[in-house]
Amino acid sequence: MPVMTYIEAIRQGIWEEMERDDRVFMIGEDIGAHGGAFKLSAGMQEHFGPNRIVDTPLAENAFVGAAIGAALMGLRPIVEMQFADFISTCYDLIVNYAAKARYRWAAGVPIVIRGPSGGGVRGGPFHSNNPEIAFVHTPGLKVVVPATAYDAKGLIKAAIRDPDPVLYFEHKLLYRRIKEDVPAEDYVVPLGQARVARAGTDISVITYGAMVYVALEAAEKLAQEGDGVDVEVIDLRCLVPLDREAVLATVRKTSRVILLHEDTRTAGFAGELAALIASDAFDYLDAPVLRVTAPDCPVPYSPPLEDAFLPHAADVIAAVRRSMAY
Amino acid sequence: MATVTRKLGSRLLHTMKLMRELEHRIENLYRQGKIVGGVFIGRGQEAISAGSAVQTLPEDVVCPSHRDLAAFLLRGLPPWMVVANYLGRKDGPTRGRDGNTHLGALPLGIISFISSMAAIVPVANGVAFSFQYRKQPNVVLCYFGDGATSRGEWHEALNFGAVFKLPIVYLCVNNQYAYSTPVSRQMAVEHITDRAQGYGIPCQRVDGNDVLAVYEAAQKAIARARKGEGPTLLECETFRMSGHSAHDQAEYVPKELFEKWKKKDPILRFEKYLLEHKVLSRRDIDELYAKVQAEVEAAVTRAEQSPYPDPGELLEGVYASAEEDHSLPMTQRTRGKRETNPCQ
Ligand SMILES: Cc1ncc(C[n+]2csc(CCOP(=O)(O)OP(=O)(O)O)c2C)c(N)n1
Repeated sequence: MPVMTYIEAIRQGIWEEMERDDRVFMIGEDIGAHGGAFKLSAGMQEHFGPNRIVDTPLAENAFVGAAIGAALMGLRPIVEMQFADFISTCYDLIVNYAAKARYRWAAGVPIVIRGPSGGGVRGGPFHSNNPEIAFVHTPGLKVVVPATAYDAKGLIKAAIRDPDPVLYFEHKLLYRRIKEDVPAEDYVVPLGQARVARAGTDISVITYGAMVYVALEAAEKLAQEGDGVDVEVIDLRCLVPLDREAVLATVRKTSRVILLHEDTRTAGFAGELAALIASDAFDYLDAPVLRVTAPDCPVPYSPPLEDAFLPHAADVIAAVRRSMAY
Repeated sequence: MATVTRKLGSRLLHTMKLMRELEHRIENLYRQGKIVGGVFIGRGQEAISAGSAVQTLPEDVVCPSHRDLAAFLLRGLPPWMVVANYLGRKDGPTRGRDGNTHLGALPLGIISFISSMAAIVPVANGVAFSFQYRKQPNVVLCYFGDGATSRGEWHEALNFGAVFKLPIVYLCVNNQYAYSTPVSRQMAVEHITDRAQGYGIPCQRVDGNDVLAVYEAAQKAIARARKGEGPTLLECETFRMSGHSAHDQAEYVPKELFEKWKKKDPILRFEKYLLEHKVLSRRDIDELYAKVQAEVEAAVTRAEQSPYPDPGELLEGVYASAEEDHSLPMTQRTRGKRETNPCQ
């Protein structure tokens, strides 16, 4: 199996889908000859031509709207946001139009909107956001948050084949830091199936995206540091559809749970998970459900501030110890 | 052509050269790994923000985009604060919360840029609206790139500004590229002015590498706005003599274009003008440049002395604090303290 970075895996997934299905095309700013701000599409326009790797004017509403219209006519557009932060500029088209079209008038909108999200790269308040929750809250949209290169490829392919609008939030910190064996052949990772990233027996950390690695780091440290705590790490992969059964299964197994995300706290995804666990697995709990998240503030630029903002393994370890001591 | 006094000539040349050298130094700090975030510079575009912002009155307001450093400097932002912001230091205008020129300083009449291109234009309108509302004879200078003019917010804002006859000057820094996208792939009309005309806004195309041409066009536009005659759009034609950001090699820009525009360098051109018209002597200019070099070094030294913010400050200022006096408009709150920290 070839070793591949997370970003190469996304690119290969898109490439394969474009080879497989001539309805698939990608549209966005600077993605053609330049290959995109993060070079994800480098060389793709040469191969597929400007009709299928489409450079646009600087106008997110124009190209998101165009993608929606093309999808209504049976094409399979992939939209690149240069930075996921800028998706806020097209909130109306996504939330009021694409999300509701099937429900209102039985018209599916099979688009994928993808782009780099997340912090840890000193991007400051406008280039570091985790914008998933607004879309999680909008019925009609699916939200994918890959953590591994294997999943990045399998999930982008599933997203492209999905009949509904899918938001696919890549984590830019993982682009070139994550490298692993990825099958060169065709496979999909179905939407809505969580993954056990590390099996454990004593406590569960449920998370997604770049925080999967923070959870794993915490788990290894706890295993080594004489706490004797065996942590299970669940990587959700998708927030919508949510693998509720996987969430409940791990809680039933370990009876203790930490909910971890890089997004800010209030009304973040952990709140939804906590409600699910409280209603459907209350009897299994041996300790309060704890959250480890970024605090309620914008993502700051300066390294000491951003480091204080982002959740780290030490925060997870502290939460695990608190839960175990309960 | 305006007669250029020694004072104006020195001020314009000094500002442009300071912007050039400061940005050059900032690029080096980036290459040395001392600046960890994005670096966006306006090399070759200095005449636009310099020739326009130099004419603002203290109560006027500028809304600079990401390559308009001269506007910050002319409003009184000390160069070291620009460097401190890039370095993410505590004494920078954003106290480390944001980087590069994503900064504002209300006491200096500088409105912070919004990273989403063109999103600032409707906000700039609101600033102008406040002048109209209070019958204040002030104006707003709002800067944006050619790429920004493709966004819906730009079009909404231009229409709004025209309908309300707002006291604002829209300055398009047309540097021919939006990241890798040339203007020909940005719009089907030839000029930004073609777009603005549709909203009933008087427009003018200006040689953006000629600081005096910018000065004169801005002078007229500012006078119109001040008299209550409404907005003007100036399309200042120039070229981005760098990559999009410090990490971009701009391999998508044909080399000949850099060669062609290098010959039109706004600083060398103005230098030549000043010498030919005997406004300044070679010696004056050399002295001025030496002063600029010293200022740049002092700015970097001062900025590097500033500490990093304390992580304990992370949550400060997400909401208003109870202690602050909110009865005064932000622009008037701490005028007296300018010497210590002009931004707060
Ligand atoms: C809404 C939005 N989309 C994309 C970007 C990413 N981006 C940053 S600068 C830029 C190009 C801007 O071009 P232009 O407005 O011409 O200004 P210039 O950089 O040339 O000065 C792009 C696409 C952004 N900042 N905002």
